[in-house]
Amino acid sequence: MKTEVLGRLRRFWIGVAMFAFAAGGLAILAPEGNAEYADVVINNYSDKAGMRPVVFPHWFHRVRFRCKVCHADLGFQFKAGGNDINMVKIIEGQFCGACHNGEIAWSVENCNLCHSAVPNTPTQVHESTLQKLVAPAGDRKK
Amino acid sequence: MRPWKLGAWLVLGLALTAGAMLTEAADPNTFNRLLPSAAKRNPPPPDDGIHDPVNEGTHMLQPPKDAFGQLPKAPSGNYIDWVKSLDGKKIQPRYDRIDTAAEPIVMDLNIVREVKGSMPDVVYPHKQHTEWLDCSNCHPAIFVPQKGANQISMAGILLGEKCGVCHGKVAFPVSECVRCHSKPKGDGAAAQKTGTTPPDAPKK
Ligand code: HEC
Ligand code: HEC
Ligand code: HEC
Repeated sequence: MKTEVLGRLRRFWIGVAMFAFAAGGLAILAPEGNAEYADVVINNYSDKAGMRPVVFPHWFHRVRFRCKVCHADLGFQFKAGGNDINMVKIIEGQFCGACHNGEIAWSVENCNLCHSAVPNTPTQVHESTLQKLVAPAGDRKK
Repeated sequence: MRPWKLGAWLVLGLALTAGAMLTEAADPNTFNRLLPSAAKRNPPPPDDGIHDPVNEGTHMLQPPKDAFGQLPKAPSGNYIDWVKSLDGKKIQPRYDRIDTAAEPIVMDLNIVREVKGSMPDVVYPHKQHTEWLDCSNCHPAIFVPQKGANQISMAGILLGEKCGVCHGKVAFPVSECVRCHSKPKGDGAAAQKTGTTPPDAPKK
């Protein structure tokens, strides 16, 4: 009986300690949401399908390709979330799939390299002027 | 000592440290109160606030700073001057998805737009744009290819129209005013002639 109470207490305190650790860690490490300029989050379907939203890094791709390759040849419209991309199209070789096919770049089986955003992050262009007009630079800590 | 008491002290200690750290962070007299610190620029994916640090793949992505080391700097955006990076061949982005030898069709034509108000006139260089883009990216949907046919305003640009379709989203933002407003009013000396390269970003 006594050991059971002690055990429960210990579990309780371990719980509290873990919570305190988590809270402390969060307070110190909480990222400010200052992602790389022009990172695009695409989340028309991902969250609903139980996947993390997609992050497309412009900086990484523009080191390797001119805008023309994607925005003229491959037909990506200049609008975050505006291309109705889904996995069937990608596997068929459209959009991201024109390159992420195991020939030009690693293939679709690396789900979590694309589906890497914090769940519930809405579709957006990160650090865009519009985003900053809505939430001015100094105000980002909330 | 009973293990649970140890637990209690541990928690108290942690709470106090965390509390102290929090109050420190909230010092009302920091030197730069609103200016985001330069050290926080180009954060690695796990710390950037949009990538999920719990996701394994996040840790395989390249941190921007690893890639940006050698590239010419700029005051905003990615903090990289992409035009200079390309001109100086620091990067060699493909013009074709597969053909590494494909060369861009570059058009060297400057358009000067006289600006109302006090700001210097704007020089729009086709050269730097056609290095990256295809004519069809802008004409005719964003800009009608006819002199005088396009209404452009700063308000519209800030809302993502005209130049603002890219500038402020992917290309350098409008905070770098003088990169566009580069031709002083009433003196024909600077970069006016068709076919010249516009003056570069301001000398520092
Ligand atoms: C090259 C990048 C990339 C890779 C790799 C990738 N995806 Fe996607 N995926 C996308 C994009 C872009 C979308 C559209 C996102 C949106 O609008 O929410 C998407 C959408 C989805 C969706 C929702 C739409 C649909 O088609 O049902 C699911 C589910 C999904 N992906 C699963 C996966 C799985 C599972 C894998 C690994 C086998 C994977 N993805 C790999 C880019 C990728
Ligand atoms: C590897 C492909 C690729 C390259 C190269 C690329 N982009 Fe993109 N771009 C995208 C994708 C993907 C999106 C998001 C589309 C979506 O969400 O459906 C996008 C979105 C955009 C947007 C829309 C942002 C908004 O307002 O919603 C702009 C503007 C843009 N790109 C400009 C550029 C410019 C300028 C360059 C060249 C410096 C460039 N892109 C190079 C793939 C690319
Ligand atoms: C024009 C070709 C092309 C298109 C289109 C393209 N990518 Fe890529 N992508 C690449 C190449 C090349 C790499 C580098 C592959 C490597 O490192 O082996 C890459 C790498 C990546 C990376 C990893 C970056 C890193 O840190 O290593 C991500 C994430 C990514 N792509 C997402 C996407 C998504 C999402 C889309 C579609 C919205 C997309 N890409 C469309 C060519 C492309």
